[in-house]
Amino acid sequence: MSGNSEVDNGNHASNNKGISLPMTRVKLIMKSSPDVSSINQEALLLTTKATELFVQYLAVSSFVNGSGKTKNTLSYSDLAHTAEQTETFQFLTDILPKKILVRDYLKSLEENPPEETDN
Amino acid sequence: MAERPEDLNLPNAVITRIIKEALPDGVNVSKEARRAISQAASVFVLYATSCANNFAMKAKRKTLNATDVMSAMEEMEFERFLQPLRESLEAYKKGLKGKKEASEQKRKDAKEKKTDPQENDKSREDDEEEEERMDEDQDVENDVEEEEVEN
Repeated sequence: MSGNSEVDNGNHASNNKGISLPMTRVKLIMKSSPDVSSINQEALLLTTKATELFVQYLAVSSFVNGSGKTKNTLSYSDLAHTAEQTETFQFLTDILPKKILVRDYLKSLEENPPEETDN
Repeated sequence: MAERPEDLNLPNAVITRIIKEALPDGVNVSKEARRAISQAASVFVLYATSCANNFAMKAKRKTLNATDVMSAMEEMEFERFLQPLRESLEAYKKGLKGKKEASEQKRKDAKEKKTDPQENDKSREDDEEEEERMDEDQDVENDVEEEEVEN
């Protein structure tokens, strides 16, 4: 661990060229995890950078694989599709659920009744 | 601790800019999509933190360090991020040592644009020479950290 004591908070974020997200905010999110006690400056920098790469990767993957190319638009359904289809993005399926019409949902309930109703 | 729930969101303006820069010019991003990506990014931070924390706990350390985050990226199957992350860390360490990051960034930008392949090759050679010198003391440190994780 070298030089971490020199920089002990995220206020120097703007000094790190190539990082645009605020490190203080990323640190706050990291610290909201109950098991985490402390994070050194290098780990914070890497997590912030990784989050930026993640945003780029998610946006580009969704655009390329989705319907966006023809419409020239990145839409929610492109993202939901990526979350469902790409293994590395599977952890997002809870916050990126596929939207379906109530009509279709009711239909699918009729066709495949949930287990609980059988009892 | 976060005092308001919105403290756990990343700033929308910055997220939007990153998305726009990643996509081809003129592509629209729906408001709903922007909000979803922003939320996904927060979840990514938590997921990465939790993975990294597992590595730190395995090594009986309380402080998350760079090795933990790198291991987390591998575990999450984001190996494609490892190389750019290493470069960022190098640039950061250099910045701390000699405030050389400005010229480093310029060279990196030139490399990314790939305007002139020959010129890029030349600058890469320069980079490597410099990095070798800078790496000497860092290597020792990294070795120690890797051992910790393995145990």
